[in-house]
Amino acid sequence: MCLKVNMNVAVRCENLTKTYDTGEQKVTALNNVNLEIRLAELMMLVGPSGCGKTTLISIIAGILNQDAGLCELFGENLLTMKSADKLRFRATKIGFVFQAFNLLPALNAAENVAVPLIINGVKREVAQRRAIDVLERVGLGERWKSLPAQLSGGQQQRVAIARALVHSPNLIVCDEPTSALDHKSGHNVMNLLKEVAVDDNRALVIVTHDARIFSFADRIAEMDDGHIISISDSPKTA
Amino acid sequence: MNYIAIKMLMGDTGKYIGIVIGLTFASLIMTQQPAIFMGFIARSYSFITDLGLPDVWVMDSKVQFIDDIKPLQDTELYRVRGISGIEWAMPLYKGMLKARMDDGTFQNCNVIGLDDTTLIGAPPIMLEGKVEDLRRSDSVIVDIDGATEKLARPPLVAGGAKIPLKIGDNLELNDRRAIVVGIAKVTRTFQSQPVVYTTYSRAKSYAPRERRQLSFVLVKAKAGQDLHELTQRITANTGLAAYTRQEFMDLTFWYLMKNTGIPINFGVSVLFGFIIGAAIAGQTFYNFTLDNIRQFGVLKAMGASNGTLLRMILLQAVFVGSIGYGIGVGLTALFGFAMRHSILAFQFSFQLLIFSGLGVSVICVFAALISIVKVMRLEPAIVFKS
Repeated sequence: MCLKVNMNVAVRCENLTKTYDTGEQKVTALNNVNLEIRLAELMMLVGPSGCGKTTLISIIAGILNQDAGLCELFGENLLTMKSADKLRFRATKIGFVFQAFNLLPALNAAENVAVPLIINGVKREVAQRRAIDVLERVGLGERWKSLPAQLSGGQQQRVAIARALVHSPNLIVCDEPTSALDHKSGHNVMNLLKEVAVDDNRALVIVTHDARIFSFADRIAEMDDGHIISISDSPKTA
Repeated sequence: MNYIAIKMLMGDTGKYIGIVIGLTFASLIMTQQPAIFMGFIARSYSFITDLGLPDVWVMDSKVQFIDDIKPLQDTELYRVRGISGIEWAMPLYKGMLKARMDDGTFQNCNVIGLDDTTLIGAPPIMLEGKVEDLRRSDSVIVDIDGATEKLARPPLVAGGAKIPLKIGDNLELNDRRAIVVGIAKVTRTFQSQPVVYTTYSRAKSYAPRERRQLSFVLVKAKAGQDLHELTQRITANTGLAAYTRQEFMDLTFWYLMKNTGIPINFGVSVLFGFIIGAAIAGQTFYNFTLDNIRQFGVLKAMGASNGTLLRMILLQAVFVGSIGYGIGVGLTALFGFAMRHSILAFQFSFQLLIFSGLGVSVICVFAALISIVKVMRLEPAIVFKS
């Protein structure tokens, strides 16, 4: 399958293949995957465990290399990029939200949010001020001094969202952002993502099997056994 | 990122303290044990360092160290005096004699006999009395440590404190009377025996009759005289060994190094301190890295380079290393301060600071290295694994 190049396309995957060699056997995680994620779109990747969702977002996020096929982010092929350029690309263009939040436990909320800016060379004081601004946008302006352990799961995920947004990336990759949260908190997190993360210059790709949040998606790509078996334009009802 | 590295390190209080304790222990052992060793070594030649006046020591050619006395005939003194380039040459007696205590027991004493006229070689610091009092009959000067400890009189009541020897008290050296006329401060000797100063002729009378009783000839070189030329000239003309002060100290030092188990014993202690410190600090630091491996993965995923993470780990290692080293060295200094009036030998030189600093640095590099390898090989994709 060949996809037409479009200026509004954030991510374009063509015939992506990835195989893991476990020593005893080879496991094909992705098998000729084709996918296009558009700017201003919230795309969800859904499917059973082991279907290849995490492998696909790892390749899209530039932290894993495919064995074959093409993966372009904003027209750039990460596979052919030099290692340093790839790091810089990842540091500036991509934001991450993880299932387990992955906040640094020793840093307070503002310091955690400031990390991507510091990686990009912004001075700590400046980064911290901007981090507090973003924390205010996600409703945690008052809690910027709190350590992750002093925050609820939902609040920690909001800090993680602020961290993913602070450096204004063009792609935000979310891995199971609501699976560690109760229904209400998960709903709030998705509302927040929809409200503050989606804009004309940014795309969101969310891996989930939390059916309660499918309604937030603009499109849903369903995966199974290393393939994308369907892409539905209209969201399923939660 | 430096700030983040330090916060990460200190955020895990238990491990942070564990690493610092490991490095403190290593630093302490690597300074305290060698400081005691150096103290012992310094004591071995303390008699040479206490005698500041002579430039050259002349002795039998078979002498291996300061306490290895091979007596010379008195005539050797005059042969040495006849050599050009010498300002003066004086006799010195040094020998171990038994002092009889009031309770009938005996105590070995290091008896030093000084030239009767000049008293060259007299103790450097007199606490009580005067050196000139040695010219009085049967007079001796006793060092303060000997006077208060090994030569002190028995307590008046059982279990009471010993009564320090004082001016006017009598001693019995080889069945001859000796009257204490002064108390001196000298550096403790290797065997910590009491040191008793008297004149050369009186020392010979205390000592058992022997044909040869001259232990050393102390030589002062004329101004401008090259000391090495002088020692060679003395050896060539007399067949005796002649050493500058430093050479004689080195001779004594190397004798102890080569012929006693002392350096091995202390070396083993230092090695164990190094190994145990490295094991504790290395293991704890590695565990700390493993515990934070996901955090490093997150930083890597977010675009932090391997170089950045390497600098973070090195900074963490240097940080704990500096603290552990500082505390260890501080504890060693406190130990030395607390022991300053005790019998323990202790010499804390700047070379030991450098030595232990290097030791702690090696441990830190080792600890950081195993963590760095782990982080360098880390796939950032682990951040998506729950």
